[in-house]
Amino acid sequence: MSYEALPGFAEEKDAFGETTVTIEPARIRDACAYARDELGFQMLVDIVATDYLNWGGRGVSGYIATASGRDINYPSTQGFQKLPQLKPKRFSVAYHLLALRRPPVRVRLKCWLDDGEPIPSVVSVWPTADWHEREQFDLMGIRFDGHPNLKRLIMDDDWEGHPLRKDYPLGGEPVRFSDAQ
Amino acid sequence: MTIAPERETPAWPIVNGAQYEGSRIPSPVPTHRVMPESLQTNEDVMRINFGPNHPSTHGVLRLIIDLHGEEVVGLDAVIGYLHTGFEKTMEQKTWWKCVTYPERIDYVGFQNNELTFVLAVEKLLEVETPEKAVWMRTLLCELSRIHSHLIFLGTSALELGAVSMFWYAFREREMILDLFEMVTGQRMHTRYFQVGGLAEDIPKGFYPECRKFVEWMPSALNDYLTLLDRNAIWLERTKGVGVLSADDAIALGQTGPNLRASGVDWDLRRDQPYLSYDRIDFQVPVYVNGDVYDRYRVRMDEMRESTRIVDQCLRRLERMDGEPWIVDDRKIVLPPREELHTSMESLIHHFKIVTEGYRVPEGEVYVATESPRGEQGCYLVSEGGPKPWRVHFRAPSFVALEATATCVHETLVADLIAIVGSLDAVMGDTDR
Repeated sequence: MSYEALPGFAEEKDAFGETTVTIEPARIRDACAYARDELGFQMLVDIVATDYLNWGGRGVSGYIATASGRDINYPSTQGFQKLPQLKPKRFSVAYHLLALRRPPVRVRLKCWLDDGEPIPSVVSVWPTADWHEREQFDLMGIRFDGHPNLKRLIMDDDWEGHPLRKDYPLGGEPVRFSDAQ
Repeated sequence: MTIAPERETPAWPIVNGAQYEGSRIPSPVPTHRVMPESLQTNEDVMRINFGPNHPSTHGVLRLIIDLHGEEVVGLDAVIGYLHTGFEKTMEQKTWWKCVTYPERIDYVGFQNNELTFVLAVEKLLEVETPEKAVWMRTLLCELSRIHSHLIFLGTSALELGAVSMFWYAFREREMILDLFEMVTGQRMHTRYFQVGGLAEDIPKGFYPECRKFVEWMPSALNDYLTLLDRNAIWLERTKGVGVLSADDAIALGQTGPNLRASGVDWDLRRDQPYLSYDRIDFQVPVYVNGDVYDRYRVRMDEMRESTRIVDQCLRRLERMDGEPWIVDDRKIVLPPREELHTSMESLIHHFKIVTEGYRVPEGEVYVATESPRGEQGCYLVSEGGPKPWRVHFRAPSFVALEATATCVHETLVADLIAIVGSLDAVMGDTDR
C-alpha cells in the first residue's frame, strides 16, 4: 500500500516490519480521515507520545554516547556502537492504525512537535481517541486542539507537570523554602 | 503514485451489521453521556457517585451517574485511582528487569502482558526463540486466558446475585494457579517468560497435572452452563442489556471478546498469528447481539477453545523433552549456573548481564497480542542502550471502559452493574 496520497505526507519508512509515515502535525486530522475513509483503516488502536529530550545525551537512561562524540573513559561506553539518530523535534506523537481485513494492515502515523505546539484532535474521526488524547495530554503535555474535553485523565485535576516527560523528577516532594530564604 | 480507493473491500469481518440504527456514541464527548435538556431542570434527577470503592466496580472505577428514578440518564467515568506510573518506572530499569512490570499492569491476565513485552523486546533484538519455549508460552497464555475469564465469570455473576457461581469459578481458578506455581514457583506474577525463551525448564510433573486439568475443565464448563444458562434470572438480567453495535464497537476501538460479541469476527491469534497459533486448530466464537449475554457467551466459548489449545500444546510439549527452552545467546541470556564455576567467559557474561544488562538495538516497535481482554499492545522505543527509552502499553481495559457511556443507553441503574462487569475491565490495566 502506498501512503503518499495522505494529506500532509512527509516521509515513509519501514523498520522491523512496521511502516511509519511521517505527517505534518497541522494536517493529522485530514490524514486520519483519509486513512479511515479511503485506505480502509477502520480502527485507531493507540495514540502514544514520546519525549526525546536529551536523546543520545549523557547520563540519561541508555546512555552510550553523546551527540558530540563518545567518551571511552565513561563506564560502559565501548566506543564502538553507532550514535543514536537525531530527532527533528522534542516530541513525537504516534497514531497506530489498524485495517480489519485479512491479512491485517497496520500503519503508524507520526508527527513531530516542539514543546507547547498544538496538534489537531482526531476525536471527530475516531471517538476512541477521546481518552487516548486526554492521557497523552495529562502525562506528556501534548495539546490537542479541538478536543471537546481536554482535561487530566490519570492524574488529579490540580496536578502540576506532566510525569512522563524526561525532565520530570522521579521522586521527591516540592518544598516551600530554599537556601535563599 | 495514486492509491486505488479501497472502499469496495467487502464488509468482512463483520458477520451481521448494526444491531441498532445509527450510532449511540454520545456527542460531543464520546465517553460522557450528558442528560437530556428536558431533564436538566428536573428536581427528581439525582447525581450519584458510584465508586471508586465499590465492590462491583472491579477495583477503583468511579462513575458519576445521573439518575432519573431508576433510569441512568447521564454518565461520566473517572479513572486514574490505580495509577502507579509503570511506564515511567520501566524507563529507569534495565530491559531484563522490566519484565516483572507488565504482569502487574493487568494483574488478572498477567502471562499475556508479560508475553507482549517480551515479544516486543525480541522483535527489536531479532531473536528467534526455541520451539519448546514457543509452545510453552502458548500453553501458559491460554491457561492465563481461562484464569482471567473465570474471574470475569465468577465476579460478574456474583454481582448479579448468582453467588454460587463465584465459588465454582474460583475452584477451577485455584487449579490453574496451582499449575502456575508448579512451573514457576509463583501463583501470580510468575515472571516465567524471559527474552529469548523461558526462565527455567518445565518441571517433570507438570504434564500429567496439566493433563488432569484439561480433562476436568470441559465438565466444569458444562456445570457453569447448567448453573447460568438455564437460569431465568440470569437471562433476564443479561439479554438485551448494554447493547453495542458493530460499527460503534469499531469506532470506539473495542477489541477482544467485547468486539466479537458485537458480531465482528476478529481475533489476533488467528488473523495476525504469533507464537504457535498458526499451527493450532481452534475456533473463534462470534455472537451478534452485542449485549451483556453475548459478551458472557463469547468468554464461555473461549474457555472451551482455550482448553483445546492447551491440550494441543501439551501433546507437542510431551514430545520435546530435553530440547532447549531458551536461546543460546550469551549476550542476552544468562549462562547456565554450573558453568560459572568452570568458565571465565560465562562468569564475565553473567556479570555483564546482571550489572549492566544487555543492549537492545535502536528503534521503535509496536507489538500486539490477543490478551483475554482484547488487543494488548506494547510500544517500545530503544535508544540502543541497556534501558528502554519509552514503554507504552495499549491497554484493552482502558479502551473497553470508553464504551460504558455508549452502552448505558436507556438502562436502569441495576443494569449498569451488569454492563460494567461485562466489559471486563481491570483497573490496573486501565490506569497503569
